[in-house]
Amino acid sequence: MQSLGSTRRSFAPWADPDAKPYIRFENVTKRFGDFIAVDDLSLTIYEREFFALLGASGCGKTTLLRMLAGFEHPTSGRVLLDGQDLRGVPPYRRPVNMMFQSYALFPHMDVASNIAFGLKQDGMQKGEIAERVAQMLKLVQLEPFAKRRPHQLSGGQRQRVALARSLAKRPKVLLLDEPLGALDKKLREETQFELMDLQHELGLTFIVVTHDQEEAMTMADRIAVMEKGRVMQVATPAEIYEAPASRFVAGFVGSINMFEGVLVKADGGAAEIRDRSGAPLLVGEAPAAAPGGTVWLAVRPEKMRVTRERPPEAANVLEGEIWDIAYLGDMTVYNVKLDDGRIIKASMMNSQRRLEDALTWHDRAWISFPADAGVLLTS
Amino acid sequence: MGRLFSALGSRLVIAVPYLWLFVFFLVPFFIVLKISLSQTAVAIPPYLPVFGLDEGFAGLVRNLRELSFENYLWLLGDPLYLNAYLSSLWIAAVSTILTLLIGYPIAHGMARAPLALRPVLLMLVILPFWTSFLIRVYAWIGILKPEGLLNQLLLFLGVIDQPLVIINTTTAIYIGIVYSYLPFMVLPLYATLEKMDYTLIEAAQDLGCTPIAAFWKITLPLSLPGVVAGSMLVFIPAVGEFVIPDLLGGSGTLMIGKTLWSEFFSNRDWPVSSAVAVILLLILVAPIVYFQRAQARARERA
Repeated sequence: MQSLGSTRRSFAPWADPDAKPYIRFENVTKRFGDFIAVDDLSLTIYEREFFALLGASGCGKTTLLRMLAGFEHPTSGRVLLDGQDLRGVPPYRRPVNMMFQSYALFPHMDVASNIAFGLKQDGMQKGEIAERVAQMLKLVQLEPFAKRRPHQLSGGQRQRVALARSLAKRPKVLLLDEPLGALDKKLREETQFELMDLQHELGLTFIVVTHDQEEAMTMADRIAVMEKGRVMQVATPAEIYEAPASRFVAGFVGSINMFEGVLVKADGGAAEIRDRSGAPLLVGEAPAAAPGGTVWLAVRPEKMRVTRERPPEAANVLEGEIWDIAYLGDMTVYNVKLDDGRIIKASMMNSQRRLEDALTWHDRAWISFPADAGVLLTS
Repeated sequence: MGRLFSALGSRLVIAVPYLWLFVFFLVPFFIVLKISLSQTAVAIPPYLPVFGLDEGFAGLVRNLRELSFENYLWLLGDPLYLNAYLSSLWIAAVSTILTLLIGYPIAHGMARAPLALRPVLLMLVILPFWTSFLIRVYAWIGILKPEGLLNQLLLFLGVIDQPLVIINTTTAIYIGIVYSYLPFMVLPLYATLEKMDYTLIEAAQDLGCTPIAAFWKITLPLSLPGVVAGSMLVFIPAVGEFVIPDLLGGSGTLMIGKTLWSEFFSNRDWPVSSAVAVILLLILVAPIVYFQRAQARARERA
């Protein structure tokens, strides 16, 4: 569990106690009438970080982004950028730029004018503007489209124009509101990597709002999982996935099997719980709860094995019937119905092209997983 | 058989508006055009020749030969008519600009009002139409006359010590036209402004525009189709306006609608007044065509 740091370029300022926070939300609350969009939220983001706000719609993630851009103002609390309190600073004086979910391209201007818009506002020299626009067009590979109007572009091209326009002023922080939401799956995946490269190349701080967990996992250094205006967990993608802090986070990111049980015994680096059906489950981790308390063991499907015979050495085994099979090519997901009616999801990599004696519907099967496969949760 | 009927049916449906335009626009226009080429006469109707079929084809040809452009030459020769045309165009243009200046903030405010409030505001704009146009113009006489409501209020407040002379001046005409045609400006402007994506303004501000700069660079250019539509809807009828200058402008004001009326009713000179009307139509064809083009362009872009 110790090695679940950033998976990229050994960049982890959040682990460094001396690192200076770049953006800070301090006890920020935002109310719209009776509705609490953001609820006493505190969050720290570091320079050059690719940070994702992940959550379902209405969780407050876009409100958070808009507060940083200056379109919404906290009901209480402070937002700081590079040590400066942003209260009272209008959007047009903030060193941040936003890429809007709808792209918000100006329909009466061509691509080049859209990109040049912010530069003209800053009173930049004409020659310099032309140079920067050319540079931006090259960056997003839209050089042949400089004279086109937005309505003459495809969705992917529009997305690139929006990106180029928001990057043209070289903001300290780029805010991206569902930047890939309107693209189809294939284009989305390509663009994810392009955004990562771009962020790395330009050395900017990116804050992206998304409801797509895969997108957040792929791109972000850290993810804040949000619900009902609160941050449920802030961690690297690997930590979020492998060491979720709560049942909500575990269930929100990826699929998971949850075993509710009572903690029977906890000593040293291991614990035993008794689940609803009375079966003992062994966990290779000492929980924060005292024996007798209710705990949840969360196990990812890919950490489980499905076999026809009972594996002799497995720490945890459960018997059931193959209820459903989803063949996905790279792997197969089995839904196994335990004898007490619970459905357990287990996935197996298809590392061989052909499998003799493959499991099929209504076969009896054993699910097994080692003691360190799951996470013990207390909330 | 059924297909034949349905094809016939769809043609009939298309034929209805064409028939309407033919009967109620094209035919009257040619009648007016013909009268404008005739001579005044003490007769019923008060012009010659009168076309009829009783003398057959030869009679028709002879009547056609009698038509002439004499009335048009007469109009060109008398500076009264030229001045009336120019004065009408000027008054209509100034009124249109005033209406735009007043109507734009109203439409903008309506388009940015809370969603629940917008139908109410729209209703308030349309509400004056529930009262007769003529009555509303008469009401302005009561407001603007020397002993009217406006002067009484200003005297009471001590702003002035002598009643202002507004009625029977051009100012009164401007007030009347701006008041009467304001909804025609506000409604198309509201329609374009309401459709506009507000995130564009946010994007402009995000890129460094103050709210005022964002208005000039984004809101105004994007609302131009509405500006053109509203301006045409005010300008075109204002040029030929008769009731407002007649009731509020007094005898001193010169507008082509009034000139036409007096030629027709006071002088009983149908041919000259028809010529006045035909020239007015020709003057207005240019803005009307421009308006149609702008509308078509706006539709294409949408």
